[in-house]
Amino acid sequence: MTASTSPEFKHNAAVALADAELQNALRFVEVNFVSRRREVADKLPEFDALRDSSRDIKNHALAHLDLYLEEYEGRVTAAGGHVHYAVTADDARQIILDLCRKLGAKTVTKGKSMVGEEIGINDFLEANGVTPVETDLGEYIIQLRHELPSHIIAPAVHLTKAQVEADFRRVHTQLPKDRNLTEPATLLAEARGVLREKFLTADVGITGANFLIAETGTSIIVTNEGNGDLTQMLPKAHIVLASIDKLVPTLEDAAQLLRVLARSATGQEMSVYTTLSTGPRRASDPDGPLEYHVVLLDNGRSAMLGGDFQDMLRCIRCGACMNHCPVYHAVGGHAYGWVYPGPMGAVLTPSLIGIDKAGHLPNASTFCGRCEEVCPVRIPLPHMMRSWREREFERRLSPATVRTGLAFWSFFVRRPWLYALATALAARALAYVGRRAGRFRRLPLAAGWTRHRDFPAPQGATFQAQWKSRKAGR
Amino acid sequence: MEVAESGTMSARDQVLNAIRRSLGVTGREAPRRKEVADRLAGHPRGVVPARGQLAAQERLALFARMVEGAAGSIECVADGADVPVAVAEFLRKHNLPPAVRRGDDRMLASMPWERAATLDVTTGISDGKQLASVSHALAGVAETGTLILTSGPDNPTTLNFLPDNHIVVVEAKDVAGDYEAIWQRLRDAFGNRTMPRTVNMITGPSRSADIEQTLILGAHGPRRLHVIVVGEAV
Repeated sequence: MTASTSPEFKHNAAVALADAELQNALRFVEVNFVSRRREVADKLPEFDALRDSSRDIKNHALAHLDLYLEEYEGRVTAAGGHVHYAVTADDARQIILDLCRKLGAKTVTKGKSMVGEEIGINDFLEANGVTPVETDLGEYIIQLRHELPSHIIAPAVHLTKAQVEADFRRVHTQLPKDRNLTEPATLLAEARGVLREKFLTADVGITGANFLIAETGTSIIVTNEGNGDLTQMLPKAHIVLASIDKLVPTLEDAAQLLRVLARSATGQEMSVYTTLSTGPRRASDPDGPLEYHVVLLDNGRSAMLGGDFQDMLRCIRCGACMNHCPVYHAVGGHAYGWVYPGPMGAVLTPSLIGIDKAGHLPNASTFCGRCEEVCPVRIPLPHMMRSWREREFERRLSPATVRTGLAFWSFFVRRPWLYALATALAARALAYVGRRAGRFRRLPLAAGWTRHRDFPAPQGATFQAQWKSRKAGR
Repeated sequence: MEVAESGTMSARDQVLNAIRRSLGVTGREAPRRKEVADRLAGHPRGVVPARGQLAAQERLALFARMVEGAAGSIECVADGADVPVAVAEFLRKHNLPPAVRRGDDRMLASMPWERAATLDVTTGISDGKQLASVSHALAGVAETGTLILTSGPDNPTTLNFLPDNHIVVVEAKDVAGDYEAIWQRLRDAFGNRTMPRTVNMITGPSRSADIEQTLILGAHGPRRLHVIVVGEAV
């Protein structure tokens, strides 16, 4: 699997906060994604009903996943395709490499695939003599930079156009030096030209899948650029790399999910290209791939079924949770240290690489709840982050200071009278000490707070005391 | 589960067994199997937005609005015989050479292309050298201004993506309200649980917003998508 810097989240976050260029690029996230989603959701009165429906479909599919997989496999085979099961990331990479070798592939074009990032397919193919070329504009840019995506639908959202220009000038040395690359449009045109050549000469095309349909053995990809389509139709073989949680029962079920996907992701009514692929080129077809393979990856997902984190498998990778997350807005995606950032990453990453490595991620939340509010399949993300925190505590993975603090705190909260007394005393003492300035610039045991901002001096009675007296007065 | 964890168990069995272990099932439960079989056979429709549930005329008007909202252009002609001139006119308007490629589609083949005298019409797939193509869509969907195209010799999939300009002919009678109507049409045309190699749902021309979220048309697919609706809404 792709290596992780999730254990260094705190350090990563500090670096990200001090990175002026990153902060500049992140400005766009909150403004654009959030308002666009709102607008398009407001235009569809059935949007919330579709979210409920989508949640129910995914729940049903997961509860019957073994049977739908069998049905799906049967239809893929009937259409002339091949299904390969992969228990681990290693297995999936080996299957893909073996297929590439059998097909004599030297270059492989790739549609955007988060599962591809998860298993680190590019580095593996490259190390084994097969050249992978990312074709989604954002993925292409980060491949040039040897980076992970910083967002699951906008991989290069952490970059400014000036940075992209510098990368293109560094890599596209065959083009005139004095060309104008100052606008996104000219950058896109250049990438289009460079990649057109790659599309037409690639031996194998690898795409992910947004959905797999059990009814018909169909894989669906959703894109705006059309790169996924060129990736899968031009080479002699199309390999679909997808995780087992992508299964949905029927075409009708896929339509429910498609109606919430684009709206939640980019704020479009519908993405430009929604492509349903079933098997290889037919006898009478003049174009399309001659072979069609599906690599179905488990990699820890079957273990999530039936447990506290099963709901996470409903995720359709729209990115709405990170688009609405104040922590993501502040630090961007790379700080999370692995493939999946933001709230969905904070829940999924510990499941896939272990809470011992990813323990910081579910702690990097204010529990403001915006992620759950916008999730198209209503995943209780804050609740599951809390479950991870509990597990981290139970497995004694949290730091000693946190454990001592929690032990101290729980001693008081289990004795309400003592808690009320202690907080009343503390509030009064702090109010007295801070009566002149009205705030503290430094406070023992609260350096984490006062290093960045003042701590206000308490005023009046404690919250609980005020609550009590107001209730009595009513 | 009957087989011990050993090197001999296939990856397929390992994955299915792991799923069944987690779900606490065997895979042989009759009620579960029935529920799956029923859903696959009955394919319930779920929530279908009221937006597309309109009489033919309004449905077509909504389709046109949504195509334009997705940055496509659209025009209506009375008859298939008017399409060649409309195609030539579109190319002229955009200063494009008078040449298009199409597939073997019967409706397209039967059009009087000689009426557009200077237009060079070739047939076959695209190898990336053509600037414009004409396809005949199976259907349109008013709900989002989406075109439905199926692969095959009639309308090769490469024509949908490689040329810079994609002109799509759709018959007014084939513009449906919602995706669900399309699924039924696919079942009628290709059989239950069977699909053509590719079904393309296309909503506007290709685009990317990957650089500073600035939306630009013409990423890897067509820069322009022009829809020609043929006939009256019925």
